[in-house]
Amino acid sequence: MKSALRLAACLLTLAAMPAFAAWDLPQLMTELARNQGGRALFTERKYIALLDKPVVSSGEMRYVAPDYLEKRTLTPRPEVMVLDKDEISLERGKQKITLRLREQPEVLAFVASIRGTLSGNRAALEQNYALHLSGQRDNWTLNLSPSNPRIAELVTRITISGSRQQVRGIEYLQADGDRSVMSIEPVDAP
Amino acid sequence: MKRLRALPVLLWLLGLALCAGVALRAHYTADMSAFLPRSPTPAQQLLVDQLTEGVLSRLLLVGIEGSTPAARAELSRGLAKRLEDGGLFLSVRNGDAAILARDRELLFTHRYLLSPSVSPERFTPAGLHAAISESIDLLASPMGMMLKGLLGRDPTGELVELIGSLDTSGSPASENGVWVSRDGQRAILMLQTRAAGSDTDAQALAIARIRSEFAALSSDAKLSDARMLVSGAAVFAVNSRAAIESEAVRLSTLGTTAVILLLLLIYRSFTAVFLGLLPVASGALAGIAAVALGFGNVHGLTIGFGTTLIGEAVDYSIYYFVQSDDEEDGGWMKRFWPTIRLGVLTSIFGFASLLFSGFPGLAQLGLYALSGVATAAIVTRFVLPHLAGERIVVRDLVPLGGALQRAMRSLSRLRWPALVLALAATAYLAGEHDRLWSSNLSVLSTTSRDDAAADQALRADLGTSDSRFMVVVNGADRETTLQAAERAGRALADLQTAGTIAGYDSPARFLPSRALQAARRASLPAADELRPRLQAALADSPLAASKLEGFIADVAATRQAPDVDRPDLDGTGLGLAVDALLLQRPGGWSAVLPLRLADDGQATAISAVRQALAGSGALTIDLKGELDTLYNDYLYEAVLLALAGFAAIVALLAATLRSPRRLAAVLLPLALAVLFVVAGLHLSGEHLHLLHLVGMLLIVAVGSNYALFFDRAGKLDNDTLASMGVANLTTAIGFGTLGLSQVPMLHAIGVTVGPGAVLALLLAAIFVPRETVA
Repeated sequence: MKSALRLAACLLTLAAMPAFAAWDLPQLMTELARNQGGRALFTERKYIALLDKPVVSSGEMRYVAPDYLEKRTLTPRPEVMVLDKDEISLERGKQKITLRLREQPEVLAFVASIRGTLSGNRAALEQNYALHLSGQRDNWTLNLSPSNPRIAELVTRITISGSRQQVRGIEYLQADGDRSVMSIEPVDAP
Repeated sequence: MKRLRALPVLLWLLGLALCAGVALRAHYTADMSAFLPRSPTPAQQLLVDQLTEGVLSRLLLVGIEGSTPAARAELSRGLAKRLEDGGLFLSVRNGDAAILARDRELLFTHRYLLSPSVSPERFTPAGLHAAISESIDLLASPMGMMLKGLLGRDPTGELVELIGSLDTSGSPASENGVWVSRDGQRAILMLQTRAAGSDTDAQALAIARIRSEFAALSSDAKLSDARMLVSGAAVFAVNSRAAIESEAVRLSTLGTTAVILLLLLIYRSFTAVFLGLLPVASGALAGIAAVALGFGNVHGLTIGFGTTLIGEAVDYSIYYFVQSDDEEDGGWMKRFWPTIRLGVLTSIFGFASLLFSGFPGLAQLGLYALSGVATAAIVTRFVLPHLAGERIVVRDLVPLGGALQRAMRSLSRLRWPALVLALAATAYLAGEHDRLWSSNLSVLSTTSRDDAAADQALRADLGTSDSRFMVVVNGADRETTLQAAERAGRALADLQTAGTIAGYDSPARFLPSRALQAARRASLPAADELRPRLQAALADSPLAASKLEGFIADVAATRQAPDVDRPDLDGTGLGLAVDALLLQRPGGWSAVLPLRLADDGQATAISAVRQALAGSGALTIDLKGELDTLYNDYLYEAVLLALAGFAAIVALLAATLRSPRRLAAVLLPLALAVLFVVAGLHLSGEHLHLLHLVGMLLIVAVGSNYALFFDRAGKLDNDTLASMGVANLTTAIGFGTLGLSQVPMLHAIGVTVGPGAVLALLLAAIFVPRETVA
């Protein structure tokens, strides 16, 4: 009986072991891909060399898998940025700018870093970045280093952190040394 | 005696030589000018300027299709590079980032003279605080990222103001560094020719250059699968001219050949055919010379119209040869010439009414036909008998005349059916009255459907609006014009803020008046004044005033800088924008402020603009509305002229015939012919426009000849009847060939007058007074 239990435990351990061992990029991507979307609050701090204090903005984000992302800034000035398939639009006061991503490869690369992560699209990420994953399932960090020189001219590193299928933070380290850090707090269960 | 007889011939030869001289030196066109009003209103003048000299008339759009996106981009760059040399083009733009960067740099350099935000208040501590806080807030946005590097020199965000005022919503998409269509399937270039749109020769040269450079490029790069589209007003003009020219040649050849064959068949004498065509050739030459002298140029349409003259003017020599056959010397002059003379006069009265048209195309046709017909008649009467002498014997047409006599007897049985049919046609037309006329100038346009479709596609690609609505201000010199544009701009900016209009452009945006630049310069504080103000403004800001020395230096430099002048804008898109919108004219300068309106509620928006600008001297113009008005004016005028021409013909006939009964007998067949033709055209689905109306007048003018023969010639002998039949046939051929034309103006006249002339003869025969029939 005891041995049977031990065997069972052993088997369970064996069964569980691949799961631990497989906490790697494919696993993260699969998990992220399962996220169908949801709402979150965000706070973004931009550290700019010229300024003594960071510029802080905050608002609300909404994601619908796989390619709709809305960033609604409330402070310091209202602004809405919508990323929908091939189009990114920015509305601020009376101004509205719409870009087609196809026309702007650099913007597309930026967008791909977020969208690729949110939707767990490894192929899209690896088009422009070298990926490096660290941490555990509940507290992972994904480092993106630009492999495309045109992007490397603008951004040195993108660090995305999260737990399970939820992205919690995005940090951009720009080539000029300026930095932007965004923390993300989900509002309701995805 | 011999010398006296030779005199008319000598005079004729001299006249021919003179006319040939004038015709050879004449300027031939085929552009829009035929459609533009001769005495325009101020709004129409603007329309004319825009169509002949304006930027739209110089704009050529090029689309490169096929092959791969990268190859298209490469071809676009190569073509742009080749076209920039050679001086045919003022500008070649393909979305190359270098030019956009130049624009930005220019705006940045002159930002304190160009930015509408620059005012004394903006440089107070409070104003600086507000503007700089705004810029810092903008850094939180992705929009701010491109400006981050400029913050030290432009903390008040003037470049953002300036770029925001540029209309970016309409700018084309780009891919691989060059402009492409929305679907990405075409690379797009925008060219501006040095030559004005009205200079069709130079435009043709420019277009040919584009095509040859593209052909060379694509064959060098072995890209045989790449194609090119070129469009623009100039392409329309060049293609229309080519179409009109080839039509003029084709139709004249066709008409002449048909008439010559017919005459050969009838006369069986080459000499007679040759002599018979002399009056026609003289008339055509005289017509061209008269138009060249009267208008300064000869439009291709006028030459195309010449075909009809062949059919009409050859009639006189037909009458001469056939009718004078049996007559002793001079008998024809006595018996037939008065009738022919009256016929010629009615034709001349009809054509003469066109001379008064404000529509130059129509006036040219009138003058051409009038002088052509008059010359042909005079040459027939005074020259032909000397040349023909006694030698010409044409085939006896008595048998043909006999057959026609028999036909006529049966035709007179058709009186009642013809009247019943006339009643039916009247009822039908009365019912269709509202659907008879098309009310759009485009029905006269010679632009082919393919050209129009290509143009629409390229325009949609570029997102260029049709620039339909605009405000125009005038001034004696550039400075006052720019000041007027700035005043109008302020009113328009208020309307934009209120949401009444979506936006507007103005040349004063990139080239402000000197007065405004001076005012902006005066609002800039000196460096030692600005520094403490910045300290106060930035007391609790994350941006330290000490980091803004670049800003202080730039402001100080602008205080010393000269005004922004037109040469400063050379080689940029901004310079083009200014040139497009600021026009120098003989009497002064005009600034054009194109308006952007939402798709709905345009009428309300335009009336709001009119109201806001009332009393300021600014003109608010709807180009499409102006064009429609123009056409309706033409149509209205053509109705009046046609009625006046008709009245003149009736008066002439009444004065000559001196009998209401005879007058009625002459007029009835003509009226019925017009009625049947109009009903027939409408039934066959033709949209009637003003050239059909002119055609109706010509039915009366031309058809009256036949009715007059029935009236005046007493008992019609076989020869006379045969000559009328042949003459009618040649007229029908002349106008009928015109009906084959693709050029709407010529086609309309052809399909109206060709059948009309035949109907006029038939109806004249049907309603001939019974005693005339042998």
